[in-house]
Formats: sequence, C-alpha cells, structure tokens
Amino acid sequence: MVKGVVWAVALLPLTELLYRLFTDRLGANPISYATNLLGDTTLWLLLASLAMTPLRMLFGIAWQMSLRRLLGLFAFFYACLHFLVWVVVDHFFEWQELIADVVKRPYITVGMLALTLLTPLAATSTAGAIKRLGAKNWRRLHRLVYVIGVLGVLHYLWLAKKGVSDPFIYAGVLALLLGIRLWDWARRAVRRTQRGSPRADRLRAIARFPSGGSALPVSESPGTPSGP
Amino acid sequence: MLIRRAPDIRSSEITDQRVYLDRRSFLFGMAALALAPSGLASASAPAGEPLMAKRNERFTVDESATTYESVTTYNNFYEFGPSKDDPSRLAHLLKPRPWTILIDGHVARPKRYDIDDLMKLAPLEERVYRLRCVEGWSMVIPWIGYPLASLITRVRPTGNARFVEFTTLLDHAQFPGQRTGVFSFSSLDWPYVEGLRMDEALNPLTLLTFGLYGRVLPNQNGAPVRVVVPWKYGFKSAKSIVRIRFVSEQPKTTWEKAAPREYGFYSNVNPEVDHPRWSQATERRIGEFRRRKTLMFNGYADQVAALYAGMDLKKHY
Repeated sequence: MVKGVVWAVALLPLTELLYRLFTDRLGANPISYATNLLGDTTLWLLLASLAMTPLRMLFGIAWQMSLRRLLGLFAFFYACLHFLVWVVVDHFFEWQELIADVVKRPYITVGMLALTLLTPLAATSTAGAIKRLGAKNWRRLHRLVYVIGVLGVLHYLWLAKKGVSDPFIYAGVLALLLGIRLWDWARRAVRRTQRGSPRADRLRAIARFPSGGSALPVSESPGTPSGP
Repeated sequence: MLIRRAPDIRSSEITDQRVYLDRRSFLFGMAALALAPSGLASASAPAGEPLMAKRNERFTVDESATTYESVTTYNNFYEFGPSKDDPSRLAHLLKPRPWTILIDGHVARPKRYDIDDLMKLAPLEERVYRLRCVEGWSMVIPWIGYPLASLITRVRPTGNARFVEFTTLLDHAQFPGQRTGVFSFSSLDWPYVEGLRMDEALNPLTLLTFGLYGRVLPNQNGAPVRVVVPWKYGFKSAKSIVRIRFVSEQPKTTWEKAAPREYGFYSNVNPEVDHPRWSQATERRIGEFRRRKTLMFNGYADQVAALYAGMDLKKHY
C-alpha cells in the first residue's frame, strides 16, 4: 500500500514530462526544462531515501525503512534519465564536448561522480546481493549514499545562478538529515562511554549486591552485561 | 548581414503563420492562467499597441526569427525574479506610463525626457538581431528603435564622457524581484546598472529600443525603453531604463559586482573565452534541437571587432 503510493508519487514527474512532451507544453527551452525537472526529482528522491533513518532515530518508528530501497532506486532511475537527456538530447553524443565538460566543469565532475557512485548501490540493492556481500560489507558500501547526497547537492549549488534559492533548500535539508544522524551517533557514543567507564563499572559492582539499589539506571541500557 | 529581401516588408508579413497562431494560443494560455484558482492569476496579456517601423535591411540577419511566444515568455529579468517565467508572469506589475528618462553626467545638454518624446527623437526602424544569453541559449528578435548614437549626439557629451551608464527603475512594488526577503543573501544589488564604453555606445549596432515584433515592448522585455547591444551577452542590454549618465570612469555594473570572475565589464560574445563554470563554444537557439556553434561577437565581428583591436579578450572578458 505505502509502496504503491511511493510508486505513484515517484512516477508523477515523469508522467508530467511525457504529458508536456506530447502536448507541446515544455516551454521555449524543452531540453533545459526536462534536464531541470529530472535533476530536481533525483535530488528529492535521494533526500527522501536519506530521510527514512532519521525518522526512525527521532520517532522510533520503523515501517518506513522498507521504502529506502524503492526511493533510492527511483533516485537512480531519474539520475540516469537526467544523464541521458544531457548526453543524447542536449549534446547529441558529442563525446569530445561531453568529456571536456566532465573534466573541466566542477559541477559536472561532481554530478558525474555522484551518478557513478550511485550505480554500485543500485546494483547491490537486492536481497541476494546483501547475502553475497555480507550484511556488514553491504552496510559499509551503502554508506556511500552520504557522499552521493553531498555531491548531488554540490552539483546543483555550483551550477545554479545567483538568486535561485532551490539549491540552498536542498543543502539545508541534507544538512538536517545528516545532522540528525550525527546527533544520534553522538548520543549512542556517550552511552557507550558511560557503560565502559570506571563509574559505570562501580555502579554495576554496586548493583550486584542484593541490598543495592535495584533502580540504578545502568541496568536499563540494552546490551549491558547484567550481573550474575 | 546580407540583403536578401526587398525593403518595406514588415515583420508581420515575414513571420510564418505558426508564430501568429502561437501568439493566440499564448493568449488563451494566459486567459487560462488568469482563471486558475491559484495565486498565479492576473498575468496580463502582453499584446501591446502596434508600433510600426520600416525594416532596416542593413541590420537584419537572414535567420528565422524566434517565435513571439518564446521571446515574451522565456526571459531573464531579475527585477521580476530569477526564473525564466517570472517576468511574463509578473509583467503586469510594471507601469511603463508615465515614464521619464534622465540624461545627465558629462553632457552639455542634460535633460529629463518623457518616454513619448524620446520615442520621437529619431525615426524608428526595425532590425532583426541575434540575442545570445550568457547561459548558452540564443534567439533572433525583430526589435524596433533607433541608434543610441542619435540620442547621444543630441545631448552633446563633453570630453570627460568616456563611458555611458544605464540605470534600471528601482521600485519593488513594480519589480518584486527587488524585494529583500529571507533569501536576500542571494539577490542582486539594486538598482540594476549597466554600462558601455563611449565608442561601443556610439556604434551603429547599439539600438535604443522601444518595441519588438511590430508592437511596443512587452513589460517582460524591458518596457518602455531598453538598449540592445547584439554583440554582447544579453545582460549587457539594460532594460526599463530611467537614467542614462555620461561618466569618466568605467561604471561598476551589477553582474560584475555580483560575480566579478564570471561577468566582466565587456562581456562580448566569445566562443573562445569560457564562462568559469561552463563552455561558451556552443549555444541552443530557442526553437531548434541541435546546438549551434557560437559566433565571435555573436556574428557581428565585421562591425565591432575593430573596437577591441589590440585588447586581450581573455583578460577583458
């Protein structure tokens, strides 16, 4: 059900593009319109896929975690369309021009890099791939999505002309999503430190005594080795 | 700049029928927009009064003109907003009458002109120019105006006048893009100021412009008066001008202040000097599919290359 909604929403920009294409409503510069629409959609989907984990961290809900893959794959799909419009429609396979742009224009370099990095993530999105790689390696590989997010936003920031606020909105949302992760990581690190600290050991030692306070908070944190 | 057609042909006669059909569909589109229940409403029809002028074949390129619809809906005019559709959407806010233009600075005869008097200062003519935007797209537009030189000689610049500075109207009620809001950190420094060297301003190509496509200038194209400097990137052609000042120092222009590495004072169309962020070697002509090679001085090298003889155009971009 929720996945159906994601499918419908994620296909909306493509539907709009095709509708405008076939009804001649792409405006004076159709190629630029298509490129921008596909690029925008890529970034929103990428940020949406990056928002699932922070939702869990903040609200302790987990049902949305299964949408990560779908959102990420749709982001990859739109990134490919965005790239194809650039290569085929905008520059019509002028490889020399295209390669020169990738090398010389930082915004194109980072965009190209983001798409390149996104490809192995899309390729390893199946359950089989997780099994083959092992969950730990898979998780490590898929941490690349943070780098991809930063590169994607840079791509837009560096190409946008003055006065256009959209890239700053994307950058703000990305900073927020990464910030929540950082906060969550720090929160857990502090908890871990307390657990291993002499103070925690002392508390635990005290907790072993039957007469000791059973309400000591140390026994509440999950994973703490409990007394005998 | 070849003479291919007999004179006396007006733009309405050479423009293919599709353009005129397009114009109507545009008007219908605008009507639909006005009826839409969103805040977008009230975009007024740009159809201005007819403004007829004989075509000057010496200043007409033999390339088909961009449709009226594209010319009036795909605009860069930051005073209305940074998006291409902001100008046509918000054009109704600008009131091009009454309007005066102050001519001052190093001139023997400073004067404040009423727009209707300024229009009658010299015979209007139609010229079909290429317009190349710094962003990499281009158009071909039938403008109506007279050479800026006609005005300049009339106000008699003194020996100190080495540059001409153009100032656009400053009024955030008419130009919502001039308002400072949450994102004021990224807006331009208003009012918009542009400038030309005296010899550039006197060049016969530099057109003081009051109309396009046989009509008075639509607001989104810089009503009621603008300049058109066809061998420079579009932003050098100041719109909705309220002041023309003759100065001895090179004016600090708006885009130069905003990003000096990207937009120089000269900003001549030059396929060999890239914008720091993108190539200027090719352009997309609006209405065409394949990119075109960008021409040196936008194809006007014969008329203007001499102005820059001996100058390093990589340095003076």
